[in-house]
Amino acid sequence: MDTDRFEPLILGFACNWCTYAGADLAGTSRIQYPPNIKVIRVMCSGRVDPTFILKAFALGADGVFIGGCHPGDCHYIEGNYKARRRVELTKRLLSAFGIEPERLRLEWVSASEGARFAQVVTDFTNTIKELGPLNKV
Amino acid sequence: MEETRIGVFVCHCGINIGAYVDVPRVVEYARGLPNVVHAEHNLFTCSEEGISAIKKAIPEHNLNRVVVASCTPRTHEPLFRAACEEAGLNKYLFEFVNIRDQCSWVHMNLPEEATEKAKTLIRMGVARARLLEPLEEIEIAVTPSALIMGGGVVGMSAALNLAEQGFEVHLVEKEGELGGTLLDVYKLFPSNEEASQLIGQIVQKVQGHSRIQTYLSARVKDVSGFIGNFDATLDQNGKDSNIKVGAIIVATGAEELKPEGQYGYGRLSNVITQLELEQRLKKGELNGQNVVMINCVGARVPERTYCSRFCCMTAVKNAALIKEGNPGAKVWLLHRDIMAYGVEFEDYYRRSMERGVRFMRYDLEKPPEVMGDGRAEKVKVWHQLMGREVELPSDVVVLTTPLIPRADFGEISRMLKVPLSEQGFFLEAHLKLMPVEFATDGIFICGSARWPTDIAEGVSQAYAAASKAAIPLRAGYVKPEAITSSVNEDICSGCGICVGLCPYSAIELQSKNGRRVAHSITALCKGCGTCGAACPSGATSMNHFKDGQILAQIEALME
Repeated sequence: MDTDRFEPLILGFACNWCTYAGADLAGTSRIQYPPNIKVIRVMCSGRVDPTFILKAFALGADGVFIGGCHPGDCHYIEGNYKARRRVELTKRLLSAFGIEPERLRLEWVSASEGARFAQVVTDFTNTIKELGPLNKV
Repeated sequence: MEETRIGVFVCHCGINIGAYVDVPRVVEYARGLPNVVHAEHNLFTCSEEGISAIKKAIPEHNLNRVVVASCTPRTHEPLFRAACEEAGLNKYLFEFVNIRDQCSWVHMNLPEEATEKAKTLIRMGVARARLLEPLEEIEIAVTPSALIMGGGVVGMSAALNLAEQGFEVHLVEKEGELGGTLLDVYKLFPSNEEASQLIGQIVQKVQGHSRIQTYLSARVKDVSGFIGNFDATLDQNGKDSNIKVGAIIVATGAEELKPEGQYGYGRLSNVITQLELEQRLKKGELNGQNVVMINCVGARVPERTYCSRFCCMTAVKNAALIKEGNPGAKVWLLHRDIMAYGVEFEDYYRRSMERGVRFMRYDLEKPPEVMGDGRAEKVKVWHQLMGREVELPSDVVVLTTPLIPRADFGEISRMLKVPLSEQGFFLEAHLKLMPVEFATDGIFICGSARWPTDIAEGVSQAYAAASKAAIPLRAGYVKPEAITSSVNEDICSGCGICVGLCPYSAIELQSKNGRRVAHSITALCKGCGTCGAACPSGATSMNHFKDGQILAQIEALME
């Protein structure tokens, strides 16, 4: 498979207070990143039910990205820690299904980190391109 | 069941979306999506024309869902929701699709991909809109008082404004006296009024005001709560106290850059900053006939790209004051550009030239050099017009430096959960539409904590922030978003997982008809949704972010 031609489909979740605002800041700063990611806004990264992640992979998503507030900065005190635990457990589950856990990534991006949002999304997109398309069951 | 009828409005945002995303093609695509009965594009959906288009289309096409694809919900969702409400549609039946900040602006070189992405995002938004439910908001009482962080001219102006409107004000100043940076300033441009006079009057008013409580040598240690109901812990001389306020205004100012190592600062005793010059002028301690000022020291350079805005006028003013006090003195002002905007400043600048201040432009490629051993003896500078180097004798060298963020901005930003800009100043929700507001409701920003301002601008912003803060304080109540949890008691097994997860103790177990079920306390719920993410039976759900709504977005993405 020519990895240059493979354009992965990436689902993103961004918490309203930090990462979604950071993604907006990347926009107002006109920082360019690959268009593969499509972001769903949730109030908190702690809202992301592992079911959502599994559903996305089941339907053929090549990667799932979750962005939350930095540790200690969560608007809802500790939702990001819950997200971290759930992501770790979901990664184990993915391995059991034969899906590379690297296809799921949790990152902390604050409201002032527009450049960081663009950078982590670019990096994740490249990782997924290297992994290639998800092998559908 | 009522038929779902969705209207989609795609915004060009002038060229901001329209130049990169093929908007007409996107509208055509949206028209073909299930349940979409109307789709149109607007040059600016947020303009009066765009808003009336929404209000007209709702009754005309009998819409019961509205989707706007434009900038970002963080700035414009309230406006579009209000338009829906005015047309009789519950505002929670509105869905925002972000195709500017997270699409056209970040894929400017990929118009085809940006157009496809906009189509996908709208397909996801429409899928979610189909499942949106009308929600009602509850009213929560507001504590009619405000906390103001910073007792400089800006913080005090905001405090007086709110106190005179009848609200209790808690004014917190980290130093032992009120006045802030102006305590160190000699005279003010463009009136040449003494700073101590201006500040003296304001301090007197603040101290004499029965509704302002001042905390000196104090800092805000912790803040929790939300608009209308913040709980703040203050630390005054090591002693803690707790206050309840309805709004918070950040007016901490900023600090002057001390340019260690540049142009001999810190090494040569007669190289000082403008603020240090002010103190000498104030005490009448400026000695020497030859004064050389260098502007933009540490500003508008790669590591600090911003213009500090008021420093040109500070330098022009101090140069003119030196000439006024000692007409025989030679004062050179080396600059890269003079920013003397508006009516009074340009006039003041012209008068300073008439008084004999010599202005000379320098090039960042060939910056001035301060020569001397122990003391600055002369300044060498490349004269652009003459095309040669000139030497200026110097008894004093004054470096004009920008205001920089204070060391505790990071801590305050984390405490209040408000963002800082890449430069480290506080970042408002929107430069033009919400200039003194943070995206977090009930918290406001004014003065140099936001970016360097002069006094007139800072005070104007203080009044703006106070007026904005007064809105909820005056109303007496706020209506938090109806994004709260709810429990379907019929399928709740009473396991209690959600109870343990809720950071606000907003879910409790209750006994109903002989079995345990979870119960959500709406007034305490803040809407994070972590309960919904964990409920094994799907009984606990987050209104407006229900499992079905999010799953519909995922399915639409994968179509």
